[in-house]
Amino acid sequence: MADSRAIVDLSKSDTRFLRNLSKELGAADLSKCFQCGVCTASCPVREVDARFSPRKIMKLAKLGLKDEVFQSDFIWLCSMCFMCHERCPQDVKPPEVMTVLRNMASKEGFAPKNLVKLMTILAENGRVYPLDDFTLEEREDNELPEIVQSPEFVRKIAEA
Amino acid sequence: MRYQLFLGCTIPARQSNYEQSARRVAEELGIELVDKDFGCCGFPVEPLDQTKALAMAAVNLKKANAEGDDVVALCSACGEMLVKAEKLLAEPETVKNVNKLLNKSLDLSYESERPKIIHFARMLYQEYGIDELKKRVKKPLKLTIATHPGCHYVRPKELFQEFDDPEYPHSLDELVEATGANPLDYVGKTDCCGGGILAVSEASAKAMTQKKLNTLKGKADAMVLICPFCGIMFDKYQKLLEQEIEEKYDLPVLYYPQLLGLALGINPDELGFDVNSVSVAGLLEKVM
Repeated sequence: MADSRAIVDLSKSDTRFLRNLSKELGAADLSKCFQCGVCTASCPVREVDARFSPRKIMKLAKLGLKDEVFQSDFIWLCSMCFMCHERCPQDVKPPEVMTVLRNMASKEGFAPKNLVKLMTILAENGRVYPLDDFTLEEREDNELPEIVQSPEFVRKIAEA
Repeated sequence: MRYQLFLGCTIPARQSNYEQSARRVAEELGIELVDKDFGCCGFPVEPLDQTKALAMAAVNLKKANAEGDDVVALCSACGEMLVKAEKLLAEPETVKNVNKLLNKSLDLSYESERPKIIHFARMLYQEYGIDELKKRVKKPLKLTIATHPGCHYVRPKELFQEFDDPEYPHSLDELVEATGANPLDYVGKTDCCGGGILAVSEASAKAMTQKKLNTLKGKADAMVLICPFCGIMFDKYQKLLEQEIEEKYDLPVLYYPQLLGLALGINPDELGFDVNSVSVAGLLEKVM
């Protein structure tokens, strides 16, 4: 099982991935990570799901093990609470690294389907939730004003 | 005081009790909220494509800047996304990519528009002021309240000029204190609600919600929060969890303006309690 393996196979290190990663502003400080583990110790997701470890993700990314990073669901489990960001002694900014990795994985088709669906919904409707009759009636009953949002620019950016 | 209101997507469609109470409380306090044709802040698409997320944020920043008034956000995620976008869009490489997308899709460019964005709770805390709030309280509340400040209200600290402590946030507790209620001190106050991973792992998200509910069981009259995702987790998912585990939490979950509204003497019918999932009947009895 990959999780319990003590030794990683460095022959799978992807140097093109490492080069692309090094160009991303959000991952600019990844090289400073010295694996202290304060991120994992601070992580509220880790407390309920032992599979998740920001430290491990930082290590795998630094080693260029792209497939391990992209093909697991690890990177998508970060809740973006920024607790590790506040505590990281090396200022690695793990949530920002996570966003970079997610964006790269997404381009290669590894994003969870619920998130992909969200982009499709925005490209179609320009808003996350449709303003259905129930919602509009509830708003009217509570004397809330008409919603003046512009969905059009959101739609065009999402579909671009 | 006058602000442009950034409502976001979730609040008007799913948590209108937050919107209704915020509008009503603002009216009572003499704070004018102006509606403006904003759109999605970009936060939901950031995991997939940060450039698109920043492009959405940039259009909102342009709209806000054209108006002139500061922007008040009810949703902590919208607030953080817009403030973060102002910071990230100061990077030449980033703004170049975002403008390429904006030029192509909307024939627009982001030109360093940086309106002031502030969370509704922070606005009450810093700009309206705790002392002023206290003066307006007509009905001091004799309640014990567990605050849940949430993540994007205070973190990352560099985006929020450290107006509150990211490890030991206190502004929401002080806002609760202003209503006469007693803010509960409890372990795990800064813990995430789980909402951020609901779409990816519902089980883990619910486990995070449940952990805090377990901590608070029987210790508070209500939980008070200021973000619609936290609201959905602790209010709506509390009901779902209760069904699953056949255990009762009975912890009413209020948006801060709902609590403040009660203290200001506003009729509860005007504070959106009909949208709350967990029954607030017992709580209102204690207050009235």
